[in-house]
Amino acid sequence: MSAPLASAGQPVLELRHLCVDYGRGDQAVHAVIDTDLTLRRGEVVGLAGESGSGKSTLAYGATRLLRQPAIITGGSVLFRPDAERPDFAIDILDASPEVLRSLRWRDVAIVFQSAMNSLNPVLTVQAQLTDTLAAHIPDTSKTERRERAAELLKLVGISADRLRSFPHELSGGMKQRVMIAMALALEPQVVIMDEPTTALDVVTQRQILEQVMELRNQLGFSVLFITHDLSLLLEMADTIAIMYAGRIVESAPAEQLFRAPRHPYSAALLNSFPSLHGERKLMIGIPGSPPDLRKLPEGCSFQPRCRYALPRCADQVPELTRPAIATDSHRLVACWLHQEHELPDELAAPEPDGLSQSRRLVGSAPLPAAPESSGGPR
Amino acid sequence: MTDTSTGMSALPASDQPRGAPVLEARGLTKNFRVRSQPARGRGRLRAVVHAVEDVDLTLRAGRVTAVVGESGSGKTTVARMLAQLIKPTRGTILLDGKPVSGRRLHQYRHQVQIVFQDPFASLNPIHSVRYHLSRPLRIHHRARGRPRVNAAIDALLARVKLDPPGQFADKLPHELSGGQRQRVAIARALAAGPTVLLADEPVSMLDVSIRLGVLNLLGELRDIEGLAILYVTHDIASARYFADTMTVMYAGRVVESGPSLEVTDNPKHPYTQLLLDAAPDPERPGPQAIQARGSAPSLITLPSGCRFHPRCPHAMPICSEQQPPDISVGEGHVAACWLRHADYNDATDNPSPAGNVPA
Repeated sequence: MSAPLASAGQPVLELRHLCVDYGRGDQAVHAVIDTDLTLRRGEVVGLAGESGSGKSTLAYGATRLLRQPAIITGGSVLFRPDAERPDFAIDILDASPEVLRSLRWRDVAIVFQSAMNSLNPVLTVQAQLTDTLAAHIPDTSKTERRERAAELLKLVGISADRLRSFPHELSGGMKQRVMIAMALALEPQVVIMDEPTTALDVVTQRQILEQVMELRNQLGFSVLFITHDLSLLLEMADTIAIMYAGRIVESAPAEQLFRAPRHPYSAALLNSFPSLHGERKLMIGIPGSPPDLRKLPEGCSFQPRCRYALPRCADQVPELTRPAIATDSHRLVACWLHQEHELPDELAAPEPDGLSQSRRLVGSAPLPAAPESSGGPR
Repeated sequence: MTDTSTGMSALPASDQPRGAPVLEARGLTKNFRVRSQPARGRGRLRAVVHAVEDVDLTLRAGRVTAVVGESGSGKTTVARMLAQLIKPTRGTILLDGKPVSGRRLHQYRHQVQIVFQDPFASLNPIHSVRYHLSRPLRIHHRARGRPRVNAAIDALLARVKLDPPGQFADKLPHELSGGQRQRVAIARALAAGPTVLLADEPVSMLDVSIRLGVLNLLGELRDIEGLAILYVTHDIASARYFADTMTVMYAGRVVESGPSLEVTDNPKHPYTQLLLDAAPDPERPGPQAIQARGSAPSLITLPSGCRFHPRCPHAMPICSEQQPPDISVGEGHVAACWLRHADYNDATDNPSPAGNVPA
């Protein structure tokens, strides 16, 4: 997996018209509604949204990890396992249990939200890492598996002498690194990360994200990164999709989204993060509250909080389409304003030139081998 | 979305005369006794967690003071000591210039109120908003008789922008969103008629889009009603936005304090620099590798000298030997770092805040 970029840019995971409900019949809550998302080889796609926007449901829906009362009511999830044969695709939603079992972890791995609680407290790190290897690659010897486990820990910047540690002997950041090592154990093509650093301090968060980006460059996997922190995504994602009330309302290359947001919600969300530079300006956030998915407003879900709402917004749902203002970019927006003659200034910034300058997280300095152990005597 | 027409009331008004000190902490220290590793056999091993050491803090009328730090820095312990929820091991708290004692707690609570982090846990799920607000009104004798209490409740809800009040008063917590709950928690604190509001991470549990609304509300309470506000947070960007002065804590000690723009735009302590470098910042000009790595020390066995020295990229021999003194590095701007000391600051190149180019 050392030269992955030859096939970069081809889709590896495609969500088409995915719909997920919680519950049935009249009381069903539509958590993900008719959502399209494409993850390309080697790409980091950021999925941003507030709580209840459906971003985690989307990720678990795509890997069929949802439990009752969640029901996938429509759509398809195409996984293209072979870079040489881009036309060959497996629909994860139709896959048999055997196919699904071989595909999960080996091809598509997940780093869960609460890594702290995802490790088994009564097993050592080594046992948990070698279990995975034993289950998915049964024809390896014990020694091989142990060596591989040590290698994996080293990969995420933990020294091998931690193999014998139990989860409670590790710091939060180290547990998260172990989770990432486990996800990478079988060299997956796609890694889904669901708020992997939300519970961590900013310094630890940054160290881990730098490491993830470096591993991505080294191993060439694609990342679907789910978070509520848009400012974080702007620094690490290639493409950002913004979800609101179960729908993607805008998707664009990170730099373009940051410089020229086209959806009122994206613009308002960008304005909800105070800057570390310049004059202090009054920022107003977004009035109102995120909608209750049980009683979504008619038409565009954001319309009750939108300062530019038009009459048609209240009864027609806008499609996710390429806006007239940005015909030659990979940008999609679901907003009626772009069908109007005049856009509000805030949404009409010129498209920034050139490609995304993202991946800025990857610093030039190499990571030391055991960063967490330098924190003074324990 | 800079809307100047709606008034800049939520912004610190820097031309105002400095507010008078209302609540002061002098040399505040808290040690928690814990049982460390279970000893084999009978005896227990006792250990001391040095959660907070020697913290000075002044809250002024009409000013927001932010305490910024990571988990384990002692910031919440400071807030809890100021609220007299826990007793300091050493140090004094002065309210209006007079030392407070544990005996006149009722009077103290009347003046100093706290808003907790988690509005999903700090409101009782079986009681209505009206009940939550009526309790402090009655306990602190702010209103008597049902009509007056109800009128006071309506006024409180209007003050925290839960309009119309009639629609919110009889709701139960589960019928409210996170932002609305936190507003109720703020209203409950205001019901006692305090002069000091201690806000412990008041927005960290809320959705991104509604955080600023709650911060701006606290800003209005500061500007219009002249409340002294303590804003405890891990988010240095929000402290820069909202606070007048900022105190940065690391492993139980204050490492830097000063006017908040001064601290973030011109940091003088390597730890403040690290926090700023690590914070997500889309405006950052280029690849920025953070210089200091590792994690905070154990609060039981602290490093000698400066607590940051094992992680500090600029550490000198003196740093592991002696706790640095507070050194003035600007007007009202203090850093506890040997690099700023006259005897040492020639030794280094005066590390400049490289990652912090003003936009």
